[in-house]
Amino acid sequence: MSTADVNPPDAGPFAVNPDDDNPYDLLGEDHDAGHRWAFGTGFTDPLEGVDTSVPDGLDPGALVRCCLALGDDALIYSHRLQQWVARLPELEEETAVANIALDLLGQARMLLSRAGGIVGQTEDQLAFFREEKEFRNVRLAEHADRDFAELAVRLLMFSTWRLALFELLSSGSTPASTGDPVLAAIAAKGVNELAYHRDYAASWVVRLGDGTALSHARTQAALDALWPFLGELFRPDPDALATVAGSTGPGSTAPGSTGDRAAFDAVLDTVLAAGGLDRPTAAPLAAVGGRTGRDGVHTEAMGYILAELQSVARAYPDATW
Amino acid sequence: MVAPTARRTPAYDVAAGTPDPEIPTLTIEDLGILRCVDYSPARGVVVTITPTYSGCPAMREIAADVRARLNRAGFEHVTVATQLAPPWSTDWITQEGRRKLAAVGIAPPPEARASVAPRRAGPIPLTLGRPPPPRCPRCDSPDTRLTAQFSATACKSLHRCTACDEPFEGVKAL
Repeated sequence: MSTADVNPPDAGPFAVNPDDDNPYDLLGEDHDAGHRWAFGTGFTDPLEGVDTSVPDGLDPGALVRCCLALGDDALIYSHRLQQWVARLPELEEETAVANIALDLLGQARMLLSRAGGIVGQTEDQLAFFREEKEFRNVRLAEHADRDFAELAVRLLMFSTWRLALFELLSSGSTPASTGDPVLAAIAAKGVNELAYHRDYAASWVVRLGDGTALSHARTQAALDALWPFLGELFRPDPDALATVAGSTGPGSTAPGSTGDRAAFDAVLDTVLAAGGLDRPTAAPLAAVGGRTGRDGVHTEAMGYILAELQSVARAYPDATW
Repeated sequence: MVAPTARRTPAYDVAAGTPDPEIPTLTIEDLGILRCVDYSPARGVVVTITPTYSGCPAMREIAADVRARLNRAGFEHVTVATQLAPPWSTDWITQEGRRKLAAVGIAPPPEARASVAPRRAGPIPLTLGRPPPPRCPRCDSPDTRLTAQFSATACKSLHRCTACDEPFEGVKAL
C-alpha cells in the first residue's frame, strides 16, 4: 500500500504514512483468533480448564438449581448496582459501587457457567435467554434502591448474608462441605471480595446512621423498608439446595437453609448499634402461594431489569463481542 | 516465596515473562497469577493461571498474551487453563513483585501472613476500624490516610500521604 492509496489528493501535511503504527489498525489485528476488538472483550468460559465433572453421588439437577440461585443473585444484584454508576455523589463511591458490581458479575459468570456446563448451555444463554419465571434470585437482589441509604443498607444485608454463606460453602475447601469442589472453589474465591463489600456497606450505614438527623432518618427508613426481604434469604429450598449439601443436622451448609442467621444477626447488630439504628421488627415479605424469588416468583421490578439486561442479546441473538 | 513450578523450563520462562496488562512492569509470575507450566510432546504446553478477582477482566487478556508469547517462542500447541483453588490472595505476590509495585508508585499490600493462601479460624471479623495504612511509596512516610477502599481497578485502594500530600494507589490485601 502506498501513501497515495490511503490519503485524499489534498491531504498535504496531514497525509498519513501507512507504514506508521496506527491505533485503528491495532484494533483490527488478529491477536487471538480475530475475536477481540477492545480490552476485556471476546469472553471465554471463566471455568476453562477447570475439572467440571459432577462428583459421584451428587444430584446434578440440585447442583444446577443451587448454582443458578447464587448466580442469579449476583447477576441481578450486579445489574442494580451498575444502574447507580454515574449517579453517585462522589467519584470514590462510583469506583466502589462499580467494583462491587464487577466482583458480583464475575461470581455470576462462574456460577452460571457451572450450571450451564451441566445443562449444556453457556453463561450468556442463561443470562440473556431465560424468562423471568426461570430466574431464581431472591427478591432483595432485584429491589431498586430509592436513595443512597437504601443502597448502603441493602448491600449490608446482602453481602453479610452472602459472605456468611460463602464461608460455609468454602469451609476447609473440602468437597465434603458442599459436595461440589467447583462450587466450593467459586465460593472461596468470593469470600474475600464479599468481605470488602460488607465493610464498605457497613461503614456507610454507620456513617449515615450516626450522621445528621436527616441521614439517620433516611437510613432507618431504608432498614424498615428492606427488612421484609430478609426472611427469604434464610428460607430453606428443600428440593434443591439442601440436597446439594448432602448433609443434615448441625453444621449443615445448605445454601438458603443455612443455619447461619445467628452470624448474620451478630454482624447486623454490631453495625446497627454503632450507627445508633433500631433493628426493625417488620414481618417478612409474603410468599405468593408459598413461592418466592427462588421459585421464580418476582416483584414487578424484575421485568424491567430483564428488559434492560436482555434486550440487546435478544435483538441480536447471534452477535459476538 | 512462592514456587509454583520448581523446575524452570524454557516454556515456563516464556510464560512467566508475560506482563500484567494493567501494570506492565510486573509479570504474571511476580503477581502470583501463574500457577504452573507443564509440557509434554503429546499435549504441548499447558499453562495454569488463577484469577485475582472473580470479575477481573484482565484474565482473558493474560491468557491471550501467554498463548501468543509461547507461539512466538516456537511452542505450537498451547492450552491455558484456569485454576480456582486455592484462591489467589495478595500473599502470592512475590518479593520481586512487591519491589516493582513500590517502584511504580503503588503501595504493596500488607506483608504476607504466615503462609500462602492462609486459612482463617472462624468467620471474617467486621472491621469497622480502618486497616493499618500503607507507607507512602514516594516519600516513605507512614502518615497516610485511606481515601477510598476501591480504586480504578478491583485490586487497588486509594490513599493520600499526609506528609508529601501526594495521592497514591495501594494493592488491597486479599
